[in-house]
Amino acid sequence: MPFSSVVDYQTVATLETFGFLPAMTQEEIYEQIAYVIAQGWTPCIEHVQPSASMRNYWSLWKLPFFGEAELGAIVAELEACHRAYPDHHVRLTGYDAYTQTQGTAFVVFEGRA
Amino acid sequence: MSKKYDAGVKEYRDTYWTPDYVPLDTDILACFKCTGQEGVPREEVAAAVAAESSTGTWSTVWSELLTDLEFYKGRAYRIEDVPADPESFYAFVAYPLDLFEEGSVTNVLTSLVGNVFGFKALRHLRLEDIRFPLAFIKTCMGPPNGIAVERDRMNKYGRPLLGCTIKPKLGLSGKNYGRVVYECLRGGLDFTKDDENINSQPFQRWQDRFDFVAEAVRTAEQETGERKGHYLNCTAATPEDMYARAEHAKQLGMPIIMHDYLTGGFTANTGLAKWCRRNGMLLHIHRAMHAVIDRHPKHGIHFRVLAKCLRLSGGDHLHTGTVVGKLEGDRQTTLGFIDQLRESYVPEDRTRGNFFDQDWASMPGVFAVASGGIHVWHMPALVTIFGDDSVLQFGGGTHGHPWGSAAGAAANRVALEACVKARNAGRELEKESRDILTEAAKSSPELAIALDTWKEIKFEFDTIDKLDL
Repeated sequence: MPFSSVVDYQTVATLETFGFLPAMTQEEIYEQIAYVIAQGWTPCIEHVQPSASMRNYWSLWKLPFFGEAELGAIVAELEACHRAYPDHHVRLTGYDAYTQTQGTAFVVFEGRA
Repeated sequence: MSKKYDAGVKEYRDTYWTPDYVPLDTDILACFKCTGQEGVPREEVAAAVAAESSTGTWSTVWSELLTDLEFYKGRAYRIEDVPADPESFYAFVAYPLDLFEEGSVTNVLTSLVGNVFGFKALRHLRLEDIRFPLAFIKTCMGPPNGIAVERDRMNKYGRPLLGCTIKPKLGLSGKNYGRVVYECLRGGLDFTKDDENINSQPFQRWQDRFDFVAEAVRTAEQETGERKGHYLNCTAATPEDMYARAEHAKQLGMPIIMHDYLTGGFTANTGLAKWCRRNGMLLHIHRAMHAVIDRHPKHGIHFRVLAKCLRLSGGDHLHTGTVVGKLEGDRQTTLGFIDQLRESYVPEDRTRGNFFDQDWASMPGVFAVASGGIHVWHMPALVTIFGDDSVLQFGGGTHGHPWGSAAGAAANRVALEACVKARNAGRELEKESRDILTEAAKSSPELAIALDTWKEIKFEFDTIDKLDL
């Protein structure tokens, strides 16, 4: 095999789930939030400065949104968190009270390192 | 007045065939598929199985009268036809709980699959399922950590985990081996794995491997910002060696070790699982030798029994086959024993091969591991079949990438995340698999090359061991 056809793979810093996909469109983010709500999980927003992204605990934005089923309300909170902390990573988690862990967690806004 | 001693040979069914018996909630129940020698009545075969796997022997013995055999004996209590198989039948046997040592899977198997499998009146015998009563389950520790704890420790949510076995499986030096680990992890895998036959051979002693692998894991974590692990195989010739390796893995700060539970044995496995619980270590379980025991449809032990026994003995991951890859495994059967690994209650369902209601109480769940001859084109089917609580492991499908293991890992990670994203958005993965993968490849040259490399590879052989329906 000619080595001219081999592409050098560059390591990328990623933020776990969906870290290898291109940034999602607004419509795609809505679909994922709708999935969290449809699973019966409690949506929750967390944020952190990029240098501390490997911590277990990011700062909680307000409280988990218990009982919130309105997509628009979650989107508004995500945007408010992003406005308040424009340099921070902002992620959405879905708390699953039955399994006592998070059903999912993914970064919606990437902060500036 | 006590019983009289009457020397001689009685038919087994006189004592051990009890069709009116109603099993107790505390009984261990077993379902055997029996194929008797010609001319032996079913009741006699079933009773012989119950007797030989519990209190009985071929002759009446005087010392039986010193105990209450009615309390201790196993009982064959039901016989059923095997659909579409006139020569075999199912025998259901109930064993009183006091026949077994608390917390010992080893002891249960020594009785249930002991001498009876060599019994001459039987041509074949297969243990299809065991119902473990809660009273026994609560004496077993089970998985050291469980699915929820592992997700929290490894920071992996909302998707299956991604792994691969380091290849070639034998012959690499410790340093070269660590290189391959590093390449896979920096490319986007969550875990890499020692192949089962890597223990501590002349070409690569275990400590050398552990030390180099630890550096690979740490470096990949620092560079990617994600949590990583490598299943350090602690399977060894003696329990003492096994624990020494586990201790060293802990000292290196590694999150997960590995054991081969059938070749290593249940006693070693249960001991190591308890060590893992005490030491905050995850435990990956390989199943070498299983197909010797579980593949023949009429003889041996069905894998659902081995899977249940592993959950009791302890492990956080267990290999379950892939359904779609190079190794044997029927889809419904696989779904049936995956339920036994992960759910807290599994109802009887013959269409999934589960013969009993099984309550697992608060026992933690085990990740199902799909590994063996799978590649990116299988991803949509794997995510559908195995769901999020699984580890999908692509060996050849990672290292075989034309640009190397890191690019192969990235291709698999992109494919996995594209499938999860599409599933969450309500798309049908198996039906739309080509579209989903092709779309994802537009932004990933690694995936595009992978799709091109493996497009023709299929393993379309019929399954040998099918459900009897």
